[in-house]
Parts: sequence; C-alpha cells; structure tokens
Amino acid sequence: MQPGKGLLMIQFDAVHKRFPNGTTAVQDLTLDMPEGGVTVLVGSSGCGKTTTLRMINRMVDPTSGTIRVAGRDVLEQDAAELRRSIGYVIQQSGLFPHRTVSDNIATVPLLLGWGRRKARARAAELLETVGLSADAGKRYPHQLSGGQQQRVGVARALAADPPVLLMDEPFGAVDPVVRTQLQNELLRLQRDLSKTIVFVTHDVDEAVRLGDRIAVFRTGGHLVQCAAPAELLARPADAFVADFLGAERGLKLLSLTTLAGVAQGPAPEGARWQLTLDSARKPLVWHDTENDTALPLRPLQDTDSLLSALNESIAAPSGLVARVDADGVLTGVSSREDIHDRAGRVHSEASAVAA
Amino acid sequence: MYELLKGLGAWLVSSEQWAGSDGIGHRLTEHLQYSLLATLVAAAIALPVGLLIGHTRRGAFIAINLSSFGRALPTVGLVVLVFLASGLSMWPVYIALVALAVPSIVTNTYAGMTAVDPEVRDAARGQGMRWHQVLLQVELPLALPLIMTGLRLALIQVVATATIAAYVSFGGLGRYVFDGLAQRDLVQVLGGAVLVAVVAVVLDLALSALQRVLFRHRPATPA
Repeated sequence: MQPGKGLLMIQFDAVHKRFPNGTTAVQDLTLDMPEGGVTVLVGSSGCGKTTTLRMINRMVDPTSGTIRVAGRDVLEQDAAELRRSIGYVIQQSGLFPHRTVSDNIATVPLLLGWGRRKARARAAELLETVGLSADAGKRYPHQLSGGQQQRVGVARALAADPPVLLMDEPFGAVDPVVRTQLQNELLRLQRDLSKTIVFVTHDVDEAVRLGDRIAVFRTGGHLVQCAAPAELLARPADAFVADFLGAERGLKLLSLTTLAGVAQGPAPEGARWQLTLDSARKPLVWHDTENDTALPLRPLQDTDSLLSALNESIAAPSGLVARVDADGVLTGVSSREDIHDRAGRVHSEASAVAA
Repeated sequence: MYELLKGLGAWLVSSEQWAGSDGIGHRLTEHLQYSLLATLVAAAIALPVGLLIGHTRRGAFIAINLSSFGRALPTVGLVVLVFLASGLSMWPVYIALVALAVPSIVTNTYAGMTAVDPEVRDAARGQGMRWHQVLLQVELPLALPLIMTGLRLALIQVVATATIAAYVSFGGLGRYVFDGLAQRDLVQVLGGAVLVAVVAVVLDLALSALQRVLFRHRPATPA
C-alpha cells in the first residue's frame, strides 16, 4: 500500500448516473480514493467503471450525488478548467494526428497560457520522463508504434503536473509484451511522482499489478468490493467477485509476494541433477548426470514473485529453484516444498488480516 | 473536322484574339473574377453551416438536403428567373453560381467533420478544450483535407458554369460560346469551350497539388 498523506483526493458520495436512454450506469456509488494511491476500477464491460472515471473530470455529469476532487465539488467548477487540472489518458491514446508529438504533449500547458517556449521545454522534459528519445518530439503520432503512442498519451496527461491522473484502459490496445513494459514504467513513474491515479481496466492481472486498491464493479453499476489486492484475492466479498478474479486467484495472490522470505540452502552435490555455473558463479543450466543432457533454468532474485518461484520449481526437474543476487551470482537453492509452504502461509496470513 | 481544328488552332494563337477588351486575356480575367467571387460567397455561407452541423451532429439531414436542392436547380432556369425578378445585373449569375457551389462545400465539410475520430474529439475535450477550441484546433484542421476537396469541386463546377454570365449579356469566356452560336461561328464556340475546359482542369490540378503539399504529414485520408 502506498504511503499517501491520508487525505481523500477523490470522494464519491451517493452518486447515481442514469443515461437518457434509461440505462443505469452507476448505482448509488460511495467510494473514496486516497491521495497518492492507485485505485483500479475493474469489471466486465457495461459495469459503469468508465462512466465512474469520466464523472471525475466531468466528461459525464452525475444524475445525483456529489463528487469531490481535493475537497471541491466538481459540479461547482468550470468543466474545461477542471479537466486542465486533471490528467486524462485514454485507450488508443487519442493523440491529435495533425500535431507533432511535442505539440501534443504541450496541449494543456498551451491551454493554460504558459507560452510556446515554456510549453516546448516542458514537452522535451516529459519525452525523457516517459522514455522516448528527444527526436520523437518532431514526429507525428502515426509515425510511432502503439506503445510509443501510449507513452506520449501519458506524457500529455502529465504535462501540467496535475495531482490526479485518470487512465481509461490505457494499455488495452497494445500487445502483452509492450503492456508489461508500460505497466512497469507506470509503476516506476508513480514511485517518483506519487499521483492520485484512477485506472480503469477489465484485466484482473493488470489491476493486481498496478492497484493499491481495487474496486470491483458488477453490471448495472454496482460497486461490489473495494479492497487492497491481497485482501481482495484472499477474501472476495461474494461469488461474483471470486468468479471475476478467476480460478487462479490464489496464484495471483502469490504474484504480490516476493521470494525473499523463503529459506535457501546450498546447491546439491552428488545428486542426479547438478547445477552448472559459469566462472563468475552464475547459474547456467541443470545438468542431468545420468544421460548427460542439460535443461535451461531461470534463476530468481529476492525481488521476484513467489508465483514465478512456484512456476520455476514446477518446471525444474530437481524441484529446486536457483537463487541469485542482483548481479546474477548464485546465493543458494530453494526447494519446491519450502516455496509451497511459504505460499500456503501467505494465503492464511492474507485471509487472517482480512478477517 | 480537320478544318475546324485548324481554325481553332489559329483562333487560339492569333495575337489580336488575346488583346483588347474583347480579347481572351480580358475574358479570362472576367471569368476567373466571377468564379472566385461566387465560390468565396458560397464558402462564406457553406463553411459555417458545415462546421456547425458537423460539430453538433445536429440538423445535418435538413442542411444537406436543403443545400442539395441548390444542386438540383437548373442553373439556366435560375438565372432567367432571377433576371426576370431583378432586371439586368450580375445578381442572377452570382445567385445561380453560389447555389451551385454551396452543396459541395456543405457536404464535404460535414463529411470531413464526421470523419474526425471520436476518440480524438473526446481527448480534446478531456484535456480541457472549450467547444470552440475543439472546433478550431482539432476538428477543423483534421477536416481540412475534405473541406478543401469540397472547395475545389465547387470552384471547378462554378468555372465550368460561369459561361452563363454571357447568357445575360455579361463577359467571361462564355462570351465566345454565345457569340459564336449567334454568329454561327463554330471555331469561336469551340475556342470558348476549350478555354473553359482548360481553365477548369488547370485549377483542379493546381489545387490538388496544393492539397498534397499542405497535407504531406497526414496519414492517408480519404480525399
């Protein structure tokens, strides 16, 4: 969980949204989002999670109820000014195709009247922040890959340094490899910037990776449960949440815990499977002494998740996981049994905390 | 036929045909003046309408049908009608040409506006642009290729039709066509017609080239 300052940045108080066509998108929503934390809204399509997000910056106005950002009722603020003070990232990036990347990023600073030079300088700074090269600024959005476009989308949202960032399925349209990269970058950015982020996704894994808190919505706009990822996975409020989290929710919980607490011992000597090391004592392969074959391995660091340890222990023929330090040098091995025990304890602890 | 073409060649290159208040140079200038003025007036009427219905997505059905009505009107009929009502002036000509030009501009402007990606419109609002900023900074520039196509089509149609100015005794390249017909001078009729066609084609090519230069940074758009 993020430190934050204990303040509630965004507050929903008995919010309803009914669209003119009669569908209820959000039903009696009361939900607080703490400052400096990532709140992820999840649910299947039509559950009202995007509408909830869009009510924060008045892209949609509620039918009744109050929404406060930093203590101020959004309906009492000018919609355009409110939006300039809130970062907004959408799926497909929504970049302006007729403007260069630099000018796209400078959108809000220019609307705020910063002046060209200052806005340009800020755009250049942000290109670096989101991991793009300086010459990308002169290009047009269609000349970038999908992942790069999303980075520009994030840079544009950050341009005026807003305290709140709304992200509507921002990584939904990129391939899984790029998505993981972008998620890592967002986590890295968030460590530096500590924004209050509201993130909409339908991907449970993404929610678990990014969220400090996860709010699960059910069709018809009902909030079913809002809790920290570990608590949600260990103690889903009802069958709907459990079903939504999926059959592997126990394993997802393991993705939140690191390998650090698992005991390790020396690498086995004289057994059938021998660990082959290079000259710097970095593990290379498992060597089968019976028929002289080798199997690849993935050495794990303390920062790797318990889930990947469990996976590796199942895949390794010896049932052992090679542990390394940050430089990749062997520190020892952990057994399948130890990892399994630790996994079991993580579960019972999470359940106990929740109860 | 060969005689006719030979006569046409001689007519087009003879120096006295190009000089004076009756010459091709002067007629060409008149023709372009009528065409450009009519197209400008049409643009002044049609662009705001197209932009407004494109931005609000309201009233499109009425506006487009109403403007298409202008296209359906027989131009010569309209000229005669306004001529009878207003007497001898350039009004009948301009009204007829404007009525001809408005539909292309309204329709293309509207098409350009509706072709703007809704995600981009949404993002523009979401960044805090007011409605006129969304319109002028995002929708208009993105619709511009199609808007320019509309203006180009309108101008070409007007250039081709501006010959009717001569029908109510004014100038332009139509002079040759109508005078030639009256004098049974086929070479002159053909000369006028060829000149009008050449002007239309040259304008079309020049404006297409301009569009390509202006929008070279754009991803492929339907133009």
